[in-house]
Amino acid sequence: MIYEVFRQERKGQPFQHAGSVVAPDERFAEIYAREQYGRRQESVALWLVPREAVHEIDEFPDEFDLKYRRVDGYSIKARLHEAREKALSSEPRAPNQP
Amino acid sequence: MNAGVELLLTIADDELVLGWRNSEWTGIAPFLEEDVAFSSIAQNEIGHARALYELAAAELGTTADELAFDRRPEEYRCAPLVQLRRLEWARTIARHWLYETADEIRLGALKASDDPAIAGIAAKMDREEAYHRMHAEMWVDRLLASEEGRARLNEAVDELWPYALGVLDDELRPELRRRAEERLGRRLPGVEPVPRGVHEAELAELWEEMTMVRRSAPAGARW
Repeated sequence: MIYEVFRQERKGQPFQHAGSVVAPDERFAEIYAREQYGRRQESVALWLVPREAVHEIDEFPDEFDLKYRRVDGYSIKARLHEAREKALSSEPRAPNQP
Repeated sequence: MNAGVELLLTIADDELVLGWRNSEWTGIAPFLEEDVAFSSIAQNEIGHARALYELAAAELGTTADELAFDRRPEEYRCAPLVQLRRLEWARTIARHWLYETADEIRLGALKASDDPAIAGIAAKMDREEAYHRMHAEMWVDRLLASEEGRARLNEAVDELWPYALGVLDDELRPELRRRAEERLGRRLPGVEPVPRGVHEAELAELWEEMTMVRRSAPAGARW
């Protein structure tokens, strides 16, 4: 059995994937995880998850290139630069009429 | 040498030599996770030895290193059980389990000691030994669960039983027998213990190896 090990470095922090251990059952997994991820006081808690309990999703189709949904799809810096250029080169607008 | 110091040295020698024996599996244990875990347990035992030698050294006006490495092999007080070289996994697990069971009984008695230093270090060691016992017990369960495992464990325990009895003083031996028989679900042979003071040939070999680097340097070298 493969157990995925997540460790928490300090109370209140999120658990992060640390690695995995191969063990015949949970008791062995506990001892092995303790020794590999806890013996140097580097963790305050560990989560052990049998690998088959992990539901993995690894396909994210993007057929229509909807890049505006992505964080990197819309560059604020480029847009600002563009806007500034435009503002400097264009004629001053007529003041608003009351 | 007073009885307290003698006791500290006795347990320290057990822990040091067993730590060395267990560390012989480093790199060649049956699988990687076990390799890391068993090596870590070996290191803990050597850590316990250091703490005990330090207490004894303070009484004797010497250092932990001198006690650990500068005595002659025949001066070590370790039980013959830990001296044996048994690079076979069933025997290693049997020895580990027998030693941890005996050690728990011994530490239980020491925690009740009138000497606060001894009671304190016994309690501290016991908290770490609890994980060693967990490790030993899970292996015993695993071996008992299959026919082959059970046969190999039983054979190893029978071979080591007189040595295991030798870890403890007379008055604590019946408790070791009671626990071991209950755990294995069978009677163990009535045999004469192999007591402390017996030095197996393997101890001299181990001593050669264990003290080689220290002996190669001039006295008083700082590391």
